[in-house]
Amino acid sequence: MKPISYKIGEHPDLPPPASVTGPLAWVRNNLFSSPTNVVMTLVSVWLLFELIPPMLNWMLFDAAFSGENRDACRAQAGGACWAFIAERFRLFTYGFYPAEERWRVNLAFVLLLLALVPVLYDRLPLRKYGLYYSMVFPLIAGWLLLGGWGLAPVDTDQFGGFMLTLVIGVTGIAFSLPIGILLAMGRQSSLPVIRLVCVGFIEFIRGVPLITLLFVASTMLNYFLPKGTVFDLLLRVLIMVTLFASAYMAEVIRGGLQAIPKGQVEAAEAIGMKYWQSMRLVVLPQALKISIPGIVNTFIGLYKDTTLVIIIGLLDPLGIGRSSLADTKWTGLHNEVYLFVAIFFFISCFSMSRYSLYLEKKLQTEHDH
Amino acid sequence: MPALSTFEGNFLSRLWNDKDTRSLVVQVIATLAFFAFFAYIIRNAYVNLEALGKGFSYDFLFQTSAYDINQHLIEYSSKSTHFTAMWVGILNTLLVAVCGIALSTVVGFILGVLRLSKNWITNRLAYMYIEFVRNVPVLLHILLVHGIIVNTLPVPKQAINVGDGAFLTNRGFFVPKPIYEPAFWGVIAVFVAGIAFFAWFRGFAKREQDRTGAQYPVFWVGLGAIVGAPVLAFLALGAPIAWDVPSLQRFNFEGGMVVRPEFIALWLALSLYTAAFIGEIVRAGIQAVNRGQTEAAYALSISRGRTLTLVVIPQALRAIIPPLTSQYLNLAKNSSLAIAIGYMDIVATIGGISLNQTGREMECMLIVLLLYLLLSLAISAVMNWYNKRIKLVER
Repeated sequence: MKPISYKIGEHPDLPPPASVTGPLAWVRNNLFSSPTNVVMTLVSVWLLFELIPPMLNWMLFDAAFSGENRDACRAQAGGACWAFIAERFRLFTYGFYPAEERWRVNLAFVLLLLALVPVLYDRLPLRKYGLYYSMVFPLIAGWLLLGGWGLAPVDTDQFGGFMLTLVIGVTGIAFSLPIGILLAMGRQSSLPVIRLVCVGFIEFIRGVPLITLLFVASTMLNYFLPKGTVFDLLLRVLIMVTLFASAYMAEVIRGGLQAIPKGQVEAAEAIGMKYWQSMRLVVLPQALKISIPGIVNTFIGLYKDTTLVIIIGLLDPLGIGRSSLADTKWTGLHNEVYLFVAIFFFISCFSMSRYSLYLEKKLQTEHDH
Repeated sequence: MPALSTFEGNFLSRLWNDKDTRSLVVQVIATLAFFAFFAYIIRNAYVNLEALGKGFSYDFLFQTSAYDINQHLIEYSSKSTHFTAMWVGILNTLLVAVCGIALSTVVGFILGVLRLSKNWITNRLAYMYIEFVRNVPVLLHILLVHGIIVNTLPVPKQAINVGDGAFLTNRGFFVPKPIYEPAFWGVIAVFVAGIAFFAWFRGFAKREQDRTGAQYPVFWVGLGAIVGAPVLAFLALGAPIAWDVPSLQRFNFEGGMVVRPEFIALWLALSLYTAAFIGEIVRAGIQAVNRGQTEAAYALSISRGRTLTLVVIPQALRAIIPPLTSQYLNLAKNSSLAIAIGYMDIVATIGGISLNQTGREMECMLIVLLLYLLLSLAISAVMNWYNKRIKLVER
């Protein structure tokens, strides 16, 4: 073979060798770079092989999607029995909300999505008016769901399913943030009495499990109220969940407040701002921005904690599923119920955490410019 | 200055516009409101309890509890008092919290390291596990694991035999129970002596290394003193231990020890759930250590293992410990969900059955709340002490 020779300066650019770029090199660098790495790849692939096909078979290929009862499902296929979920789907969504009034739940849900838009997208035209709408939304939703003033009243013990999760979750999220901000400011306050009260409240709530607080709400709250007061169970739960989340929120926001240099407050005071002005215009915008990941994590935690209400007898999706399992037609289908509810929570919580990442990134680049 | 004089003349406006008096006024009002609020609810409680003819007393604690608890670490039967039932509950809570913290830490650290692995598949697998597990409520995990144990494990008749005399069934995990003979105390004495020797030897080795630079094989000496010596003593004393092996009777296993399915379910679910969070904390902690630290250690030709243990981990721990503490606290508090699957912890004993039997809501819930506050304080105190110990020493 004749050696190729080039004149000086005429050497063409050669592509990098195949061992450095391309899929083969990627595989070699990422999967087989060392003996440990090879072992880990093999173990991982084996794990995937052991887990994924049986799961897919159970969930999809061997699953029954129609059938009268459990035995009909089992007769069709050996996998999951989704007919159960399909039959109970309305129950899972609305609980025992009266069938002819369910349009109100649907409408409230659509209005909720509309209310979220101005909160989540800041490039929206006329966002300010959108935010006003978002602020009055809880009142509209409360009216729609509870009735009165022209709508047929619905008792709160008929609330259930995903709708109940959303009611507790959205109420908790909407009210815990402002209360949390106030508590955090109270904890940082220069007035000892205010500080003491806030610290005591936050540490007490954070020191006990939510379930004990829910027990307190369901068993002994009536003792602390004037005799004969009737206090709706759902309302008690809402108050407890909100207070619980706001204590955690306060700690997250306190972290943000502590990260703001003292010079910011001093500068605000120097140009004549009062305490509330300096907080609202200078300190809080910066502190909240830093605390976004923590705030969203608290939201996710609160949202997941809504499942605990089944222990005091409210029927969220998990509660609906558990009571449906008592039906002899469908008995023994635990895995279907749990998986279905798990997927619902996964989708909600995962999208919340993704949004927080997006928000963090966006605010971060603005900061760098 | 006329404006100023009217300003000074008005007592009320001075109260409000002077910073010091204003803060005093606000605090006095806050204090009064605080006490008024508590006086109000305590009075309400008093009136309400009076109307029900209940009063407020802890006498019920010393009455017979009249209910059974299937897992008790101390002597307990339905003839015991509510007070004993409370202690059984406390110990059950502590047991699952301590076991859960141990397992979740181990699994969490493994997950965190796998998340940092250069191996793409392993990395993604750990990521998928973490994201799926932590975005699903812990109560669901507990119910799911419990459901799997109760529904898919075999009944005692078809028990899975795991090794020598240990059986896995849907009624729990049956293992042989050790029966210690008196000579076993000798083994324990050797073990304690081994720990004491190791503690002394470590200090000695450190002093010697500081003085002369010579390194002693601390790990091997420790292994020999704490594990080797007791094993030798055990063999020398003629293995003074007998086993009570569980055997299958008509319906269930008799004898031996049983780890109940509720405990296993709660323990696994809490640990695996918390491990997902710990995994992310560990990953973030290790990533927070500047890469220059590792490179500097390599440049000094410190080996990979020693770089990890002497340079990276001590620095990573500083970022890991505070969030880890709050995960431990969460795990301890989440153990209260035991009530959903019938594991008898504090909430299920004193805050559940005792409360329903005696109707003493106020007294029982106060005990439960106080116990959880104490548990949280204890975990915080231990972790704060540890955090202080590993903190960066600054001038």
